[in-house]
Amino acid sequence: MMEMDWIWGLIGGLMIGGAAALFLLVNGRIMGASGLLGGLVDGSGRETSAERIAFIAGLVAVPAVLALLMGDAQTNITTNPVVIIAAGLLVGIGTRLANGCTSGHGVCGISRLSLRGIVATVFYLLAGGLIMVTFRHVLRVI
Amino acid sequence: MLRNLFALLAGGIFGAGLLVSGMTDTTKVQGWLDVFGAWDPTLAFVLSGAIMPMAIAWRVAARRKTSLLGTAMPGKPDPRLGANLVTGSVLFGMGWGLAGLCPGPAMASLTFGGWGGALFLIAMAAGMLAAPPIRARITQFEAA
Repeated sequence: MMEMDWIWGLIGGLMIGGAAALFLLVNGRIMGASGLLGGLVDGSGRETSAERIAFIAGLVAVPAVLALLMGDAQTNITTNPVVIIAAGLLVGIGTRLANGCTSGHGVCGISRLSLRGIVATVFYLLAGGLIMVTFRHVLRVI
Repeated sequence: MLRNLFALLAGGIFGAGLLVSGMTDTTKVQGWLDVFGAWDPTLAFVLSGAIMPMAIAWRVAARRKTSLLGTAMPGKPDPRLGANLVTGSVLFGMGWGLAGLCPGPAMASLTFGGWGGALFLIAMAAGMLAAPPIRARITQFEAA
C-alpha cells in the first residue's frame, strides 16, 4: 500500500483542486479553510455565514461517511495535550494573521501565481520543517 | 439556497480529497516536513494535483465578471506582503509541524480524530479569536 501513496495523493489533490475550482466558478469564493472557519469564529464573515456553515458541514460529513466505510481512518495525532494545544493556538493565530493556510495560500494562491500565496507557503513550509528538525531530532518530543 | 448547496458540495469534495490523499493522517504531513527523517513525498503530489485544476479555474474566472450563480468574483491578488503575512505564516507552519494538522484536515477529521483532534480544533478556534489584537499590534509596529 505504501508505494501507492503518491497516486492517492495525486487523486486526492485533484479532488481538492476540483472542489476549489467549483467553489470559485460557481460561488465566486476562494476556498480557504482557515478563512471560512475564522469568519464564523470571530463573526467577521456574518453576512456569508450560511455558505460557510454549508461548506464546513460537507467538509465534516463526507469524510465521516467515508471513514465509516473504510473503517480504518486515523489521524495518528500526538497524545501530548500540551503539544496539541500549542499547535492549535499557533495554527489559529498564524492563519488569521496571514489571512490563509494551506488551502487558501497554498492551493488557491499559488495556482494564480499570487505573490502573497507563494511567500506564505515558503514561510510555513520552512517553519514546519524547522519545527520537525528541532522538536523531533534535537529535542525528541514529537 | 443554491449557493449553500454548492458550498456543501465543494466542502464535501474537499473533505473527501483530504481523506483520500492522506492529509488527515498527521504522520504523512509530518513525514513530508521531516526532511531529515523518513521523508514522505506525498504532500508534493497532493499540492501539485490540487493546483492543476485550480490554475485552469483561475483562467476561466479571469474571463468572467460574475460567478455562475451571479455573485462577484474575487478581486486581483493583493501584491502587498507585510509583517502579518510573514509572522502569521511562520506561526502557522510551527503549529502545522508540531501536530501535523492544518485547518482543512482538522475539520475533516472531526468525527474520527478522537479527543486529540477535538482539542486541536478548540485551541485553533481560540487562536483565531486571539488573533485580531495581535494583528493590530503588528500593523502598528510595522507603521512605526
